[in-house]
Amino acid sequence: MTVYLPSLIGGMLLGLSAAMLLVVNGRIAGISGILGRLLGGRQVWTNAAFLLGLLAGPLLYGAAFGRWPNVTIVASWPVVLVSGLLVGIGTRMGSGCTSGHGILGLARFSKRSLAATATFLVAGIAAATIMGAVR
Amino acid sequence: MNGHARLAVALLAGAIFGFGLSLSGMVDPGRVLGFLDIASGHWDPSLMFVLGGAVLVAVPGVMLQRRMAKPVLDNGFHLPPKTAIDWRLLVGSAIFGLGWGGAGFCPGPAVSALSMGLPLVVLFVAAMAVGMVLHDRLLAERAS
Repeated sequence: MTVYLPSLIGGMLLGLSAAMLLVVNGRIAGISGILGRLLGGRQVWTNAAFLLGLLAGPLLYGAAFGRWPNVTIVASWPVVLVSGLLVGIGTRMGSGCTSGHGILGLARFSKRSLAATATFLVAGIAAATIMGAVR
Repeated sequence: MNGHARLAVALLAGAIFGFGLSLSGMVDPGRVLGFLDIASGHWDPSLMFVLGGAVLVAVPGVMLQRRMAKPVLDNGFHLPPKTAIDWRLLVGSAIFGLGWGGAGFCPGPAVSALSMGLPLVVLFVAAMAVGMVLHDRLLAERAS
């Protein structure tokens, strides 16, 4: 069970960040929304500040543990490229991703976010399982 | 003054989120695919603990927010106005899911991992940004 402790504590930090942004700034910590608004030139400074903090995450982890977090990418570059495009289009069309719908939406008991989360989980499992089988 | 305080809070919230992604292992697409690929033979349930922990802490935040007339540093809450489950939500989420399962990256971890300077992460984030702009230019809901 203890092997999942970093995941549980890390997840709780995601919840803490989301709760803080909601209660103090009145905003939803949805990364695709934050990035999309930044790209669209809206609320540039606060969105840029959040993303700057996000970028600092691996560096803070490195400072705390003396090594980078693992990042293993098994997909080839064309798959990475197409996946990035799909994630960009899909998160804008579906108004959110794993953070906005998955964390905040579920915490707000939003049926809309529950529907979105169930949909991207099923599609994600389907894509990953098929890609895993052909690799 | 509130503007500067909001910036500081956004920066801090981003840093906590980014550190949480690294600590939880979700910054690693390999771990995410370990959860999403159910036929790999070595399924990794970590993602459920991450999502569970996150929602567990976010729920009290939402309960507190519902008792507040306005956020600490703003005049009103900026919450998503939509409640209907429409085709854009479902098709968009399905498209996102396919991309998520394809490479193992969703927006938060991909942006966070940019600071580690890996070329494939840069490629993913660049493609994602292009996808977002393409959608907003060509596919966004017309305000009619």
